[in-house]
Amino acid sequence: MRPVRIIVAKVGLDGHDRGVKVVARALRDAGYEVIYTGLRQTPEMVVDAALQEDAQVIGLSIHSGAHMTLFPAVVEELKRRKATDIVVFGGGIIPDDDIAALKKQGVEKLFTPGTPLQEIVDWLRQRFPEEKR
Amino acid sequence: MDWWWCWDTTSPYASWASSELNDSDLESRFRSGDVRALARAISMVERRDPSVRVLEESLRAQRRAPGVVGFTGAPGTGKSTLVDGVVALLRKKSSSVAVLATDPNSPFTGGAILGDRIRMQRHALDPKVFIRSMGARGHLGGLSLATREAIRLLGAFGFDEVILETVGVGQSELEVAAVAGTTVVVLTPNLGDGVQMIKAGILEIADIFVVNKADLDGHVRVMTELRSMLSLAPRGQIWKPPILATIAAKQEGIEELWAAVLAHRDHLESSGRARELAEQRLKDETGEVAAEIARNRVRRALDEEPALAERLLDEGTPYNTAEEILDRGRQI
Repeated sequence: MRPVRIIVAKVGLDGHDRGVKVVARALRDAGYEVIYTGLRQTPEMVVDAALQEDAQVIGLSIHSGAHMTLFPAVVEELKRRKATDIVVFGGGIIPDDDIAALKKQGVEKLFTPGTPLQEIVDWLRQRFPEEKR
Repeated sequence: MDWWWCWDTTSPYASWASSELNDSDLESRFRSGDVRALARAISMVERRDPSVRVLEESLRAQRRAPGVVGFTGAPGTGKSTLVDGVVALLRKKSSSVAVLATDPNSPFTGGAILGDRIRMQRHALDPKVFIRSMGARGHLGGLSLATREAIRLLGAFGFDEVILETVGVGQSELEVAAVAGTTVVVLTPNLGDGVQMIKAGILEIADIFVVNKADLDGHVRVMTELRSMLSLAPRGQIWKPPILATIAAKQEGIEELWAAVLAHRDHLESSGRARELAEQRLKDETGEVAAEIARNRVRRALDEEPALAERLLDEGTPYNTAEEILDRGRQI
């Protein structure tokens, strides 16, 4: 079995990391190996970290409103580095219309404020059933 | 939107199929310097996937032993910042560097938060720097086994130096000391009195002591206490661990630290200790690998043969059963 490794990152000029730390902790408690890369990451840095860490998932957090730029930029960088098998999900204050648009651009799942942590864990469990690798 | 992207994300298993490299693919990508192939190979080593051996065999020709330095110390002593400083120094000397950073896993869920990259962000896009976080647990064969194999892979990939970083809260620092050429123990002022130092067992594993955060009050006292503690070391010890003061956050004392690492390396070489250590470690590793093979064989036999397991429970002691299974020799 390959343990699921998850990169969690804050992209762009956004210092609000309370949420991402809470999510990181919840994923840790759910048994995942979480690699937190810290604040103010560029899409290139996030993808670079994901490749070096052999992560299967990238979780992005954003509260600055720049999600329509930065989330697709991460997906594009993954395409450029031929690593489109890495799943991208995101969280933050994201309007419904943007969610639909981001999903079309390859961000697989988006979580908005108020989402129970268990919902994120359940989604990952279903997305990466442990008996499969 | 491309059609393949759509396909990629709609089937839950499709992505695995596309990412799973087969052995020959892995090897050619590894040889061509693809970071992802290296990262995948390290994952295979971590989960003790035997297919990585094919890769290791094929890389035997370009085996190069990188310099290996281990950093260990209590949480919050500034190891990651110190390592970040050393990486910066090494990059100035145009050496390529790989960092293997170990953080503890939860003993309850197995999960982990690996946060050592945060302190090393300035090297994020440097292709000559590779940073990999490892959970300390979940290594079926122990951390040292996975680390040793990872070091071999990093050497074959072309890295000049490998830095191991581990939190000194349990056994993992001892395992790192058993792998690194030079072990640096990081302390800070106000970690407790001198008795803590004898208790912790860190005196024995250190080749170099660093008192970090030397801008804080109390650093002179720590250094003095360490010095007096080390003066009690057994006679005949050839290498006397130096005690250095650093302020990692200001990049102070890093040059001196690296000079001490090189001095220790020279000492190992000139005294013949380097060869002794290498031989001893290879023998130890062979023992660990043998134990792993034996453990797997026993588990499989007990799983597959209810009669055997039943007799074991009847007897209530493991020795006869263990010997019987191992005496059978190799089975396919």
